Amino acid sequence: MSAHDEDTADGVSRRKVLECMTWAGTGVLWTVAGGIPTSLGIMGEAAAQTSGMTFLQISDSHVGFDKPANPNALGTLEEAINKVKALPARPAFMIHTGDITHLSKEKEFDDAQKIISQAGLDVHYVPGEHDIIDDERGRLYRDRYGKNTKGAGWYSFDSNGVHFIGLVNVVDLKGGGLGTLGDEQLAWLENDLKGKSASAPIVVFAHIPLWVVYETWGWGTDDGAKALALLKRFGSVTVLNGHIHQVMQKVEGNVTFHTARSTAFPQPAPGSAPSPGPLKVPDDKLRGLLGIASVTFKPGSERLAIVDQPLQG
Amino acid sequence: MKIHDVRRGAFAAALFLGLAFGLALPGAMSAARAEEIEVKIDNFTFAPQKLTVKAGTTVTWINEDDIPHTVVSTGHFRSKPLDTGDKFTFTFTTPGSFVYFCSLHPHMQASITVEATTGSLE
Repeated sequence: MSAHDEDTADGVSRRKVLECMTWAGTGVLWTVAGGIPTSLGIMGEAAAQTSGMTFLQISDSHVGFDKPANPNALGTLEEAINKVKALPARPAFMIHTGDITHLSKEKEFDDAQKIISQAGLDVHYVPGEHDIIDDERGRLYRDRYGKNTKGAGWYSFDSNGVHFIGLVNVVDLKGGGLGTLGDEQLAWLENDLKGKSASAPIVVFAHIPLWVVYETWGWGTDDGAKALALLKRFGSVTVLNGHIHQVMQKVEGNVTFHTARSTAFPQPAPGSAPSPGPLKVPDDKLRGLLGIASVTFKPGSERLAIVDQPLQG
Repeated sequence: MKIHDVRRGAFAAALFLGLAFGLALPGAMSAARAEEIEVKIDNFTFAPQKLTVKAGTTVTWINEDDIPHTVVSTGHFRSKPLDTGDKFTFTFTTPGSFVYFCSLHPHMQASITVEATTGSLE
């Protein structure tokens, strides 16, 4: 595991949790401990905390991508899934925070499915903007993953006392704008949360970050604040996103924000390059910038533990 | 109105050409104004970002990024996703201002102003 970056954590207790987060690649291992998802620092560390429920986040597989930044995105996805299979503690399920494919092609969806299913876990998907650019604008995605979802593919479910909400913020984007949830989805969210106890731990996942990471590159969601306002009364909210192909985190009140690495290619840090295009790094550095994340939830404790793990390093 | 007269003249000329070559009228008009302009998509930017063209001009966008983009002008045109090296072409026949963006990266915006032709048909 490599560098720790916890400069954005401002709460002391949160900081402790976030100390565990490392900037690793392909997936984030999340642990839900007594209400707050915490990403654990190291996969091995996560395994040691076997008393909690653990789920896994993978993101931005971009199956079909073959440019210099990573000529074999399917190969690195497979490496990521092999990491998942090798975890000492088996996760309860996986979430995929979008950009499964690069160009929404049937074959890309097929290839991704073939590899991801090797993990032998249930996978809860939300689409990225790259998953809905087929001729019918999302039809292929919805046919595959849209069952039991509303609108463009949003839904919620409960697991181990945690309420999970998958949101879609990549549809009908407006010129000059950021990600969008839209009124219909916000109304659904309000209704979905109605009657839920404020002590119920909530995990929200969506492709584009719900908070504004970097407006110049469109890294944020225009009406994300409206969704967060609906979540305000809850004691433990964890927001998991992808899209920016790098780990970023911040804690604001009861809300922990975290973005996962891609399994395909890294993108530059905000403003560090002329554009957010794929970042070409030396071959031996690539796998240190791709990864997965695990999250562990431990009943009785306050937060979820998040672990970012790179494919290598 | 002078412009009106000029337009009517153009119309008559086009009609004549259309009849002469047995073509549909719109085809004859765009054939008479076969100006072509290229817009590059590079580093998540359309270049040139602002463009003024004459009606009848064909604009071709070419994506030079390692990531797909689209070219969308709501209510006017919408390209398929353009992978690296892919092109999209649109012929502007009506005057007006056309703001467009990339539906994948909506912070990418640009515009094209289409001016009426003067009516002279070479």
